[in-house]
Order: sequence, then C-alpha cells, then structure tokens
Amino acid sequence: MTITSARPKSRSESNPAAPAAGRRFYTPYSFWFYLPTAVIYAVLFLIPTFASFYYSLTRWTLFDSNFIGFDNFVMFFQEPALVKGFTNTLVFAVVTSGSKVVLGLLLAVLLTSRIVGRSYLRSVVFFPVLVSTIGVGLTFQVLMNPERGLINGALGVIGIDGPGWLTDPSWALMSLALVDVWKGVGLATLIYIAGIVSIPREYMEAARVDGAGAWDSFWRIVLPLSRPATVTVIILSLIGGLRSFELIWAMTRGGPGFTSDVISSVIYKQYQAGFYGLSTAGNVILFLVVTLIVLPLNWFLNRKEVNL
Amino acid sequence: MRFRPGASGLALLAVCSLTLTACSAGSLGSSDDAGGSTAVEITYLIGNQEQDLKEAQQLTKDFTAKNPDVTVKLETRPAGSEGDNIVKTRLSTGDMTDVFAYNTGSLFQAIAPDKNLVAITDEPYIGDLDENFTRTVKSGDKIYGVPSGGFMGGAVLYSIPIYNKLGLTVPKTWAEFMANNAKIKAAGGGVAPVIQTYGETWTSQLFVLGDFHNVAVSEPDFADKYTKNQAKYATSPAAVKGFEHTQQVHDLGYQNKDFASAKLPDGLKMLATGKGAHYPILSGVVNDMVATNPNAAKDVGLFALPGDDASKNGLTVWTPGGIYIPNTTKDDKLEAAKKFLAFVASPDGCKSLAAAGVPTGPYAVKGCELPADVPQSIKDMQPYLDKEGGSSLALEFVSPVKGPSLEQITVEVGSGIRKGKDGAARYDEDVKKQAQQLGLAGW
Repeated sequence: MTITSARPKSRSESNPAAPAAGRRFYTPYSFWFYLPTAVIYAVLFLIPTFASFYYSLTRWTLFDSNFIGFDNFVMFFQEPALVKGFTNTLVFAVVTSGSKVVLGLLLAVLLTSRIVGRSYLRSVVFFPVLVSTIGVGLTFQVLMNPERGLINGALGVIGIDGPGWLTDPSWALMSLALVDVWKGVGLATLIYIAGIVSIPREYMEAARVDGAGAWDSFWRIVLPLSRPATVTVIILSLIGGLRSFELIWAMTRGGPGFTSDVISSVIYKQYQAGFYGLSTAGNVILFLVVTLIVLPLNWFLNRKEVNL
Repeated sequence: MRFRPGASGLALLAVCSLTLTACSAGSLGSSDDAGGSTAVEITYLIGNQEQDLKEAQQLTKDFTAKNPDVTVKLETRPAGSEGDNIVKTRLSTGDMTDVFAYNTGSLFQAIAPDKNLVAITDEPYIGDLDENFTRTVKSGDKIYGVPSGGFMGGAVLYSIPIYNKLGLTVPKTWAEFMANNAKIKAAGGGVAPVIQTYGETWTSQLFVLGDFHNVAVSEPDFADKYTKNQAKYATSPAAVKGFEHTQQVHDLGYQNKDFASAKLPDGLKMLATGKGAHYPILSGVVNDMVATNPNAAKDVGLFALPGDDASKNGLTVWTPGGIYIPNTTKDDKLEAAKKFLAFVASPDGCKSLAAAGVPTGPYAVKGCELPADVPQSIKDMQPYLDKEGGSSLALEFVSPVKGPSLEQITVEVGSGIRKGKDGAARYDEDVKKQAQQLGLAGW
C-alpha cells in the first residue's frame, strides 16, 4: 500500500548549467497554479504514506488503535513465515529477472533478424503481457493440475511422469517463476527490440568489413550497445519480482503450506487475519527493502552506463 | 495570460468543495428513506454462498407472509476473510445494513459487540435458545444474536456401502479407526481410506479442530489455560494428537492420490461414489453432497473423530452463525428488525430453514425438530447430542484465541512437509498474534 516509485535524485545539483539552486526558480506558472495538484498529491499519496508509518507502530482494529512502539516490527521479524517468504521473494525476483534478461535478449535478436512472419511472431511473444495476471494464474492452475492438467497429460504421452507443479513443495515456486517469465518476457523482448533497432547499422557493416562473424557482432556490438535496455529490463523485472503478488495468490496462495509464500503474500495474509498494524509494518519493511535493493542497483547500473 | 489571485482562490475552493462533497455523498443516502408510509423495508446482509442465499430467501419470504407490513431486502457479501473485512468496515463507518449475519464465537468478539450491536437480552424468546449457542453470542452478560441455522458437527463422514462390504464397525478409538483404514487399503480397488482435499485448504483442519472433544474430556481446563497462555498445543499430550493423527494418515499412505490438488466437491464425490471411505469434514457440507449425489443421503454416515478412550468418545460441535442488529438501526426499522429476529428464533423460523435445504444438524431453538427425511449423516449426530457429555463445543467457541494459519500448517503436516509435533509448535506461534491483537492478559 505504501509503495511509491523511487524517484532518482535531482540532477540539477551537480549540473553547473542549471541556474544556481535556491531563491528563484524560473517557472512559467504562478505558484498558486500548482496548488490543486499539490493538494491531490498530499491527500492521496503523502498523507497515506506517513499515516502508514504511524499505523505500523500501533495495534489497531477498524474500531480503535493503541500505540505499541516497535512491537509490530519485532513480531514481524519473528514471524516464522517471514524467513521463508523473504528467501522466496529474493529467489523469485532473481530467477524471473535473470530469465527475462536472457530470454528477452535471445528472442529480440531472433525477432530483429530477417525471418519469415516476423511481425506475427513479435505479437505472439507480446500477447501474454496483455492478459490479466489473475486470468493467467487461474489458467495455469488448471493446466498444471498434476492429475487432470494438460501439461502432465502431454508429458504422459511421451512417457514422462510430470511432477505436481504447484502441489509439490520443491516445484511450486519454480512453476510460479516459469509462468511469470512466460507472462513477462514479452515486455523484456519489446524493450530489447527497441534497443537493438536503435543500434546504427554502420557498426554492423563496419564489423562485417573487419571480418567479424555473427557471434562476434552479437558479443561485441549488440550486447554492449543494448546495455540501457538491459538496465531497464533488470530494474523493471526486479521491482516487479520483489513485489509480485497477484500471480502467486491466484495460483497457490503461498501453498502448499508456506512453501511459495513471498513477502507480499505474508503481508496480505496478516491483513486478512485482521492484524492491520502488523501488516502495515510489513508493508513499511517491504517498501524499505525494495528501496534498499533497487536504489543502489539503479545507481550502480546507470553509473556504468555513463562510463561507457 | 496571468491569473488573478482571486481566480486561483476560487479554483482552490472549487477543488476542495468537490473533494468534500465526494466524501459525504455516500453517507447521506441511507437514512433518508425511512419515514412516511407504514410499510417498513429493512436490509439483511448475508454471505454469498448458495446455501446461505437459499435459506435467507426462504426466511424472508416466510417472514413477510406473516408480517405483511415489513419487507426484507437481501444484500450479499463474500465469504471468508474478505467478508469479515466488509462487515468490520461497514460497522466502523456506521454504514451497516439493518440486520446482518455473521460468525459466532471468537470471530464475533472481534466486531466489538458492546460498541456496535443492539443487545436482545430482554426479548421473550431468549429462553428458547440453546445455551450452547447463546454462550457464543454473548459479550459481558448481554446477548446479541439469534441462530441462523443448525449446529454443525466436525466429524468423519464415511461410506456405508464400503463398511458393509468389508464388515467394518464404526470406530470409537483412533486405533480402531486406523485398523479400519488398514483393512480398506488392503482390500484395494482404488478406494482411498481417508479423503483429503488440500486444494481447498480449510478442509485440512478437521483432524485437529474436530478432535477437540477428545482434548476437552481428557484435559477439561485446556480451553481456559489456553486462553491464558498457560497451555499449548505442542506441550499438551492430548492436544498434540490432532497434529500427529494428520501426520500419521499421510505417513501410512492412506490419503487419496490427488490429495494435494483435490477440492471439496471432488472429496464429496469420492465419498458419495465409494471411491473413498472416510472424509473428516464439517457436517455443513452434507447439503451440497446430497444435492449433487442424491444417493449419498443414505450411503453416507457420520461418526465423531475417535480418540484414545472409547468410553469418552464424543462429537465436536460448531454452533450456527448469528443474526445481529447494529446500533445504527433506529425507530421503525429497529422494531421491524427485532420482529425479524424473533421470527428466526421461533419454530416457524426453523421450518422455513428446513424448507430451504438439508439442515446441517439439530437446531439451536427449543421446539424445533429435524424433518424426518434428513440424510443419514445428520441423523447420526443426534445420539451424540442426546447423550450427557457426548458433545463439546469446538475450541473457537470456548476460547477467543484462534490463529489464522492453522489451515496452512495442517496442509504442511498432512503433505509430509512438516512433522506433527513441529506443526503444533508452529501453530502455538501463530495464535500469539491473535491473542495480542485481542489484548488478552498473559501474552
């Protein structure tokens, strides 16, 4: 509930061309003109954010609340499901984000080369992005049913005894990641296609004149020059992976038992149980965790980009 | 172009007043339409399960036939935790319907009855209500609700044809139960001795929750001590059995093959068609089972979860849900709402409920009898209730402490992910949060 996107630090401080920071900004509008927007921003975003910081320090029902200091945070960190949820979240985010980078790049290379039915294939890859996550989750829940599902049915035909994709504790999380990649790889591919298409053709031609093969062109031209695309894909899918919830809730509800719980599903279950203060504390922690992971990563990846 | 300060002030005013009116529009509408004509319309909020809806429709129809000046409009809400939140939100914003159905027992305490509900302690029909029921809708010494259905048993539904074929007898101890399971497994034929349906996680809890009668007879003060944080599932020799039983059934391979993904309707079908022998579940599901498999009415019986001591074996009972009046209901509507509650708590109300579907068990109103043609499994509950000490209320009605994750824990134990004893300890951790939330002493 408290997730707001991390805003990169303003560049104007380090930029000597910007007017000396301080007294007077140049602005085309009178300051009064910002007020309606500021009111809306404050009412809908600032106040709830700070209210949630306060409420995370209370134990509240919908009828009343009492202040209990940091007890909620202490309890949240003692929550047995939390350790599992935390590792699962990290595993899920890294696996999906990594697969999307690799698969997205490979698919983008394929879909930017001269192949038959290129635009059709592009739309096929992008299609899952358009479908609702809950719909995808419910569909795959049916497909992955161990006894009556289509996937194990198909595997059975070629003599493989498929696992209980969502019911076997050692498979559940990976099955979810698989579906998430299936659904999200289209967006990564799209970003990579944009990146690859924007590489000037002269580089490729020059490389070919120098005697570079397909592998060299890919490794020394396409890959380094699509770095901005890679950074975007990593950041986007990592944030998505860290806060992923709908797919997991639709498919396993964190089950069997607690084996596919992620932080957001742990928080949601606490909210369902009526532990509002506790789940608000969890949200504050999730907000901090996402910020702590993504901000430095963003800074690190973008710094490298500047150095190129 | 420049804006004059006056104009921007006006714009601000416009924006702010827009925001304000947007906030208040909802709360204006509800109280307007009461006055005027003699006919009163009250609104009744119920869960959206098919059976709830059928019963409510029948109740309101029969009620209006007797009280032509009152009409009852139905409104539905989702079941489960989502519905809980709707009820709590509407109560706290003063936006509750004139009458509403909600849980009894531990969940009932969480809607702050003293603050939000109209007490009905002085109504003439209170004496007709079963005491087991009124205990669960009481806060302090005030009573707040009437029963919206029958008692439910947490028990084992079993297939009578399988029992007849193999010459088995209804078990009274856990050892006998397991011996029956062994025989059923040995007989083969693809019959699962114990049906489990973890596709719907709540169905996994019965070996623990339904076992409470056995806990209560061997440790009579367990519920009290448990509320005071002096007794634990993991350390009480009687209470831990429920978790161990769940584990045992899995370890010996008595479950149906698709236990991890099967859902409640699958389980009921297995039982009704003789593909499974035992199904530990609430008797509230019998209506659904009979509706889809009419032969289950005579083919499926019921016995209480067996414990250690055959002489003390008995049934764990869930009380019916309650119907309550929020204190935002006033004047004519309050009178009409009280009439409605009086009707529900009368033999006519029970008749109306029975007309809407198979009862889940005996009614909590004196003078109400079960129809003669109830399914065998519901009939099997009666002897337990008639016998002195033959039944106990489930733990959630005698203690406000109930953890939210029990179903996940029992799924883990029943799937072999976690050992029974470990699951019990995990559940003890889980209930701590609930107890602290309620502000109980000793936690």
